[in-house]
Amino acid sequence: MIEIRNLTKIYDGTAAVDDVSLTVEKGQIAALVGTSGSGKTTLLRMINRLVEPTHGQVLIDGEDTQDIAPHLLRRRIGYAIQGHGLFPHHSVARNIGTVPKLLGWKPEAIRARVDELLELFQLDPAAFRDRMPQELSGGQQQRVGVARALAARPDLLLMDEPFGALDPVIRAKAQHDLRDIQRQLGTTLILVTHDMEEAVTLGDRIAVMDKGRLVQYAPPAEVLTAPATPFVRDLVGQAERPFRLLSLTPASAVARAGQADGAPIPRTASLRDALAECLWSGRDAVPVEGGGIVTLAALRAEAAPTARAAE
Amino acid sequence: MRLDRPGLLFALIGLAGLILPFAEFKPNRILAGEGATLAAALPLGVALLFALAAMFAMGVFRLPAILRLTAALAALLAVLLAIGAAARHLTPEGDTLARVSPASGFWLLLLALVLMLADAVARLRPGLMLRGLLLAGAVAAAWFLLASGALDQVSTLREYSVRREVFLREARAHLLLAFGSLGLALLVGLPIGMLLYGARRLRGPVLSVLNILQTIPSLALFGIMIPIFSWIAATVPGAAQAGVSGIGVFPALVALFLYSLLPVVSNTLTGLDGVSPSTRDAAMGLGLTRPQLLGWVLIPLALPVLLAAVRIVLVQNIGLAVIAGLIGGGGFGTFVFQGLNQTAMDLVLLGALPTIALTLVAGIAMDLVVEGTARRRQEA
Repeated sequence: MIEIRNLTKIYDGTAAVDDVSLTVEKGQIAALVGTSGSGKTTLLRMINRLVEPTHGQVLIDGEDTQDIAPHLLRRRIGYAIQGHGLFPHHSVARNIGTVPKLLGWKPEAIRARVDELLELFQLDPAAFRDRMPQELSGGQQQRVGVARALAARPDLLLMDEPFGALDPVIRAKAQHDLRDIQRQLGTTLILVTHDMEEAVTLGDRIAVMDKGRLVQYAPPAEVLTAPATPFVRDLVGQAERPFRLLSLTPASAVARAGQADGAPIPRTASLRDALAECLWSGRDAVPVEGGGIVTLAALRAEAAPTARAAE
Repeated sequence: MRLDRPGLLFALIGLAGLILPFAEFKPNRILAGEGATLAAALPLGVALLFALAAMFAMGVFRLPAILRLTAALAALLAVLLAIGAAARHLTPEGDTLARVSPASGFWLLLLALVLMLADAVARLRPGLMLRGLLLAGAVAAAWFLLASGALDQVSTLREYSVRREVFLREARAHLLLAFGSLGLALLVGLPIGMLLYGARRLRGPVLSVLNILQTIPSLALFGIMIPIFSWIAATVPGAAQAGVSGIGVFPALVALFLYSLLPVVSNTLTGLDGVSPSTRDAAMGLGLTRPQLLGWVLIPLALPVLLAAVRIVLVQNIGLAVIAGLIGGGGFGTFVFQGLNQTAMDLVLLGALPTIALTLVAGIAMDLVVEGTARRRQEA
């Protein structure tokens, strides 16, 4: 569990981060979202003390991070950034093995861990171990960057715009894979993004930052349906709101008995996918794999905030 | 057949070389000499003249580079042997005062052939390994030619033969000046560069000071240092014992060191600045300590630029070290300035030619090293 208490960073008299407090439960994903200059990256970097706070505390499982030497603290916390930051002169294996090596693991243990992580990220160890970063595609580099961050089995992973440099198709898959791996490992994840879509897709809770202050910290549905300030409402985007809301619920959750024509959609598909399918094929309802249908009427009800509030 | 423009240029230079006097006969080492053309300078001179003319004419056309290379190499060897033969031929039997030196024609031929050779090598695009071998081969060949005695009658080698011991001593002094100042500059300049990398505000002032140092003419710098170091040696206890003095090796080393600081410091900065911020940020975020950041990431990535600084400094200092001869610092400059005082050009050349050769070898060797590390980085 990560507790951030009254964290403040003042640069030249102005607060980049202003008295922010929030708690991330173990195994949860918190997405820090805001415009550029909102202080979200500074907040993230204060957690592993790449930026030293002016006031306030960060507690990891109750332990104050100020009590740990910065470099030792950072070896316990995974860190992955936009543009991956891989060492261009080290092989993939050496990059991934960086933190284990710093921690003094035995070479065999490092090698085994590197292979295990490459498998986890769907990169064939035999083919990728000895490659150099610039021989990889953008998506592969990003995966190696995240694998490196996870190498020493940290309980906490910090990510700063990790998918920012990827094209949309690869990004969607990378987000999905990250979510799977995070669930599998039970790692607590704090992620900075400027993309509300990404925050809604990945976050268990979304922290919206504006001018250094935390303006809302809530589950995605609440941020979408009950924005705390006009700024949050703008960030969510009025035109996008219903679709983002629909994207939070899987089709199986609202499927009810009935008959509909056409190819079924997967159970894990979101209501947004169901709506897209209805509109595109001109149907009033689509079947869901394994039984049941989703109707346009049900979708309409789900996409309105009043319906949500009634739940 | 199409014309080759560089070949045309080499042919023109070569033609001038064939027309101008090849060797110069002087009754003694300081009297003005009398030129002898290639045809007159040695027994088979006319044959060699036509052979060289034919070779240059052939170079005007586009021929395979390997052919040009072989032709230029053979011609170079012939010209070098010819000057040795001319010296033997023109010196009257038993006359130990007479001197035969290379004249303008010889130097122009040498220039034309070396250019042709360099051009041919460049066109062949040899790999790093092959270029290294070529360099080693050239050094070995030059060594062999000098050791064989074929050139012993040429004036500059006559000067050498009476100064063998001094020559070796000054060669060592020259290398000490050039490499010693390089070592000092690295020892001081690398840490300054790393410090400036972290302290942006200090960059401007420090680099300006180094820039100003760089613009002081070397003679003026020696002039400034003579009174300063003499005073220090005279007044600070122990300074004179430690080697501080107004003239000699100490001020020469200090001057070369000062000239070396700017390239070392600025290249260190450039190299470190070239490391991408995200790589640096990731390294810090993973928990590298500052020394680890430098040793694992920053220095290895900046290495090609750092080595480029070593190349610049080495080449610069081998040349500049000649000036040390003026203030008793030793080195090949000793011969240059002695020669100038005595108006004995052969003695000047005894200092100048090894300096040029050393500079060329050091420059090419360092180029190979820089390229080697940069290429491994790319492949790596």
